[in-house]
Amino acid sequence: MLLLSALISGLGLGSMYGLMALGFYITYAVSGTVNFAQGSSMMLGAVLCFAFAQTLGWPMPLAIVLALVLCAVYGLLVEFIAVRPFTNRGSNAWLMSTVALGIVLDNLVMHTFGKEPRSLPSPLVSAPMEIGGLGLGVYPLQLLIPLLGLALAAALHTIARRTRWGVALLAVVQNRDAARLMGIPITRAIAVAFALSTLFAGIAGVLIAPLFNVNSDMGTLFGLKAFAVAILGGITSAWGVMLAGLLFGIVEALITVTLGSGYTQIFTFALVIVVLALKPNGLFGRAEVKKV
Amino acid sequence: MTSISRRTFTSVAVAMMGLGWTSLSVAAEPIKIGLVTALSGQSALAGEALTRGMQIAIDEINAKGGLLGGRQLTLVRRDDEGNPAKGVVAARELIFKEKVAVLFGGLDTPVSMAIVPLINQNKTPFMGPWAAGTAITKNGANPNYAFRVSAVDETVDVGMVEYAQKTFGTSKFGLVMINNPWGESNEKGLIAALTAKNMKPVGSEKFEPNDIDLVPQLTRLKGAGADTLFLVGNVGPSAQLVKSLDRMGWKVPVVSHWGPAGGRFTELAGPNAKIVHFVQTYSFFGKQSPVGEKVIAAIKKKYPEVKGPNDISPAVGVANAYDSMQLTALAITNANSTDGDKIREGFYKINKYEGLIKTYNQPFTPTMHDALTEKDYVWAQFIDNRILPVGLAN
Repeated sequence: MLLLSALISGLGLGSMYGLMALGFYITYAVSGTVNFAQGSSMMLGAVLCFAFAQTLGWPMPLAIVLALVLCAVYGLLVEFIAVRPFTNRGSNAWLMSTVALGIVLDNLVMHTFGKEPRSLPSPLVSAPMEIGGLGLGVYPLQLLIPLLGLALAAALHTIARRTRWGVALLAVVQNRDAARLMGIPITRAIAVAFALSTLFAGIAGVLIAPLFNVNSDMGTLFGLKAFAVAILGGITSAWGVMLAGLLFGIVEALITVTLGSGYTQIFTFALVIVVLALKPNGLFGRAEVKKV
Repeated sequence: MTSISRRTFTSVAVAMMGLGWTSLSVAAEPIKIGLVTALSGQSALAGEALTRGMQIAIDEINAKGGLLGGRQLTLVRRDDEGNPAKGVVAARELIFKEKVAVLFGGLDTPVSMAIVPLINQNKTPFMGPWAAGTAITKNGANPNYAFRVSAVDETVDVGMVEYAQKTFGTSKFGLVMINNPWGESNEKGLIAALTAKNMKPVGSEKFEPNDIDLVPQLTRLKGAGADTLFLVGNVGPSAQLVKSLDRMGWKVPVVSHWGPAGGRFTELAGPNAKIVHFVQTYSFFGKQSPVGEKVIAAIKKKYPEVKGPNDISPAVGVANAYDSMQLTALAITNANSTDGDKIREGFYKINKYEGLIKTYNQPFTPTMHDALTEKDYVWAQFIDNRILPVGLAN
């Protein structure tokens, strides 16, 4: 009973980490860079959805679609102003500039959206469903999140490995010049990857908002955990990243029910270090092969 | 005129003007009261409440001709963003540059804890209208310049245990504490309060400010046989606790510190927000004393967006700030000076003051720097996004 409830909690949270970590995977796979402020992108999705649905009173499906489209647009912006100017000059300053842009966004949202946490109601969290008389309810949304996460990971995996377009994207990171000579539009490919990346974070934000609340710093800790998950999963495999997310969530919940919540952060993050020490390429990653 | 004589002339003239100004300006020079609190971020609303409470009191005092023979009070505010380091910088500026007579603190205990050594060192009286950390006033300094008109963690913890025993007749208490110094200090306080009654909690759990799912922690407490939960956490995480209880279908009384009062608790937690009973120092709902009526009228007049008690929020911030500003004014009057040490003595000389929260009878002594006791607490719950005293809605 104790373990089962931990499992359900862990799967829900873990798939959320996985979804955001997929965003790291996409841009890393294509360009070798990431948007470190994925947490802020997630927050943007939740806040925009709240603004459209609650403040402006638009229908929820429209609010969700609009919020996600704007998240993708924000991804293009991240790439254009915080990544491209630096990678073009061979600088690693995108590490800092993506973090900086995230902080700017957090504060802009704080000034426009306000300072109070708000709630985004959803029919999917109005009444918990009983699971097999265990005395533990689960919101339908909590089941939808892992399903959607796995489906997106599967889709990404298939696109990356089985389609011309996906293979072309992956070629960019291997050898930019060769890719360009093969007629792959690399600038556009990288921009699309960033748009997809923030789109995924936005999906995570929209999904998590009804379970949590909406506020301008909701993404910070999530972004950090998602990055840990991405590294843990070996950032180069969509499945690996998603599975690492689920694993992280479940381990977190299991430590909480067995040892108590005082130890959760200590042990989960210590475990991350141990795993990376033993498997430097992550649980499901492959060592990078430099083809000459 | 040579350049030297011009310079001499200028400096003599400036010196004379300066002399003239000082003698003229002393009579009308305002007395500055400083406030360091969160004015941005999640707690901005609370900072605004403190500002309003203080400003209403200041306006009232100034309308009666000010203090110390006609000197007007002015409020100087600085934002600490809930960050102790920024709070200390702001406090330094207010003490040394603005030369405030008394410094007011905000709602974050860590910020006040960082400022207290500074004010004791510089002999600037400090008034805490919100932060409840026990060690803010019991800071070990002698002489001690920190005073408070607010709830005190230690006392709240005793109050929580007594309220639970009296209201729910329960005895198996589970602790759910936010994982920060505030939660830590209350965990100690609650255990001490229980030990004093020869009891101990059946379990003690922590949660993070951004935790979404508290089912694992609550499952442990339920397994340990808890029949009442003691909660210490801000509004967001407190709402997550209620949602997790909903999912578990666990109907258990929750007795809480005042975290839920800091925001839209019903909106965040849903209708079951009402199961959480939390401590307050004042409620603007229900029958008001003459002082209460007067303060509500003044706030409505000064801030036209305030239509009724529901808009005076958070109520504790406004009420504590109002009373602490009035008591501070009495201390300055008793001191007959803006000298820090004399004001500190002035606090001890306050005999009787009919305030908003209660009628204070010698609220401060050299050994007691907290004006409120557990008898002054009001227990409240959220009904439809309003903070009502428990039972008022029934």
